[in-house]
Amino acid sequence: MLNRIKAIAVKETRQLLRDVRMMGVIFLFPVFLLVVFGYAINFDVQHIQLSVLDRDNSPESREFINSLLSTDYFDLVTYLKSDREIREFLDRKKAQCIAVIPSNFSNEIYRNEVAKIQFLIDGVDGNTATIIMNYVNAAVASYSNNLNYEFLSSRGIKLSSSVSLEPRFWFNPDLNSTRFLIPGLIGMILIIIAVVTISLSIVREKERGTIEQLNVSSIKIPELLTGKAIPYIVIAFINAGIILAAGYLFFGIEVKGSYLWLLISTLFFLAASIGIGILVSVIADSLQVAFLAGTLISLLPSMLLSGFVFPIESMPYVIRIFSNVTPTKFYIVCLRSILLKGAGIEVFWEQLLYMVIFTVIVVVAASKIYNKKQLKELSS
Amino acid sequence: MNYSIVAENLTKKFGDFTAVDSVSFKVEKGEIFGFLGANGAGKSTTIRMLCGLLEPTSGDAVVGGFSIMNEPDKVKQSIGYMSQRFSLYNDLTIEENIEFFGAVYGLKGKLLEKRKKWVLEISNLIGKERTLTGDLPGGIKQRLALGVAVIHKPKILFLDEPTSGVDPISRRNFWDLINRFSDEGTTVLVTTHYLEEAEYCNDIILINAGRLIAEGNPQRLKTEYIDGNAFEIETENPVELMDILKKAKFIIDVSIFGKKIHVITKKQFEKPDELENYCTQNEFKIDRITRIVPTLEDVFIHLLEHGSKNAQQN
Ligand SMILES: Nc1ncnc2c1ncn2[C@@H]1O[C@H](COP(=O)(O)OP(=O)(O)O)[C@@H](O)[C@H]1O
Ligand SMILES: [Mg+2]
Repeated sequence: MLNRIKAIAVKETRQLLRDVRMMGVIFLFPVFLLVVFGYAINFDVQHIQLSVLDRDNSPESREFINSLLSTDYFDLVTYLKSDREIREFLDRKKAQCIAVIPSNFSNEIYRNEVAKIQFLIDGVDGNTATIIMNYVNAAVASYSNNLNYEFLSSRGIKLSSSVSLEPRFWFNPDLNSTRFLIPGLIGMILIIIAVVTISLSIVREKERGTIEQLNVSSIKIPELLTGKAIPYIVIAFINAGIILAAGYLFFGIEVKGSYLWLLISTLFFLAASIGIGILVSVIADSLQVAFLAGTLISLLPSMLLSGFVFPIESMPYVIRIFSNVTPTKFYIVCLRSILLKGAGIEVFWEQLLYMVIFTVIVVVAASKIYNKKQLKELSS
Repeated sequence: MNYSIVAENLTKKFGDFTAVDSVSFKVEKGEIFGFLGANGAGKSTTIRMLCGLLEPTSGDAVVGGFSIMNEPDKVKQSIGYMSQRFSLYNDLTIEENIEFFGAVYGLKGKLLEKRKKWVLEISNLIGKERTLTGDLPGGIKQRLALGVAVIHKPKILFLDEPTSGVDPISRRNFWDLINRFSDEGTTVLVTTHYLEEAEYCNDIILINAGRLIAEGNPQRLKTEYIDGNAFEIETENPVELMDILKKAKFIIDVSIFGKKIHVITKKQFEKPDELENYCTQNEFKIDRITRIVPTLEDVFIHLLEHGSKNAQQN
């Protein structure tokens, strides 16, 4: 059995190495996606249109406003003069965000009491509004940090250098969209490569009639599929490595968690992806159909439903159920935990389970359709 | 029991369409068994059932001692099969194809090496191990495919139109190989639509539209199935002559072969003179007329037009 699996794997590898076009697709496609998603599509919100109603008009209030404007994130539209203008500016979309500084702002600061600033954010685009709110929170937190620092040092208390005042520290790291996108990107690339390569390789045997010669030998279907999967799993791992390396080089993303769990969850994900590839190869009878179906089935759900770009929590209930059609959804949770948070298995073990269930369902469906198709062929 | 294959009422339906209709035959050990019929007659479908690739709708066959209905996997282990479509990998070298299929058939190590050499030798490809299979000409490809199909030295070999589209010389070489296997005791079942190839077979069956219409060895077929005498007439105008002859009461069959016409007459018409007389009576000039032994082609045309003996009786 092992001998036959090895023979299939070796043969598949040889064919792959001779297929220049396929090799090009396998290795250039990820680079292409990486460039598109990493640079072209930048989900960071910058140059937020900010208006200020400064009722205090003190050095402190001006200092606070300057601290907002000193970054790329906020651009000052104008200073407002009255309450009435607030409505007008928001309704007419002259500003995305308005800061209202109360007249007792500086007094409260001097009295060491809680100074309150009101921020009005245009909530039409919920995503952007959330991001703006996070920026505002971070900016305010940083400003008060600064105040504390000055306050303490004015009384001769030295702060340890662990309090960093670098502007980069202002913002919630999870809001950095490139960081946030990399796990989804890895998932999307891996699933496309796995589904397309495995389904093409099976359909090619059907189309050229070589499957007949295999069928007449006593090789079993699971042996054939395992042998075929091995080279593509290796390739998928190489791809994953390339993306991780690129993520580190270009976007400074390091693997915070365990490499072992990264490997294991990737293996689970590839099993599920190969399951989809097998399903596609059972349905498709020509290479064109296999390529098209494989790309669509793997790409679209991974992009739209997996939580890669659009958060699953903000999807309507029905679509949230529907999002289970792609294993990328589960894999992304694993990756974000391992890569960004450095979390352990206790956080994402459920996702591994879901991927196993997913694989079983897809493979069973594929074999059901395969049997049905054979019967149909016999009776059509 | 001395049979490699015993088929009983093999039937295959695709929906309402019956591709193979209750076909029964027996193949003796070590013989070359020919399977003749036009395109779409049901040859490939029958072979695929015998190889355990397709389940019969009804009927059964015992191949190498195993039932294709109940033990298709055991059948697969004792046979070699070369499908009608070329089914080696064009993007592998000759050597890689041989090694791959050898391993798939469970060979390894020294035995695999030995068989690889043997396959290269019989397919006459020693020294070309590293050539890409896709770069080989058709006839050589077919020989390699045959070599690969027998790499595990099966007792029974199925060849589905192995020589179609191959030039006459390669075809001759191919048949030499088939004979060699047969001499070594392998049973060979081969389909073809070249009638002249039927002469190389020990026994043949003819199928038409899924039904078996004749069986026997080629020599016997020629005498047994034609109840009359065969003549060959040469003329400038065969089409016109055919129309004239068709009206004659003593004629069973007329068929055209280029400038020649083959005529099957009823038994009592034994002499060419009588035929010649008929032609002159009808004011038709013929160049030459000879009595011949009917060819297989005559037999088949006769059978296709008049049905098999059995069908006539029913
Ligand atoms: N899988 C199938 N589904 C439907 N019809 C089929 C199938 N395979 C073969 N046939 C039909 O059965 C008939 C016999 O085909 P086949 O056995 O390939 O003929 P041959 O090999 O003698 O040329 C043909 O009419 C063909 O169209
Ligand atoms: Mg055929």
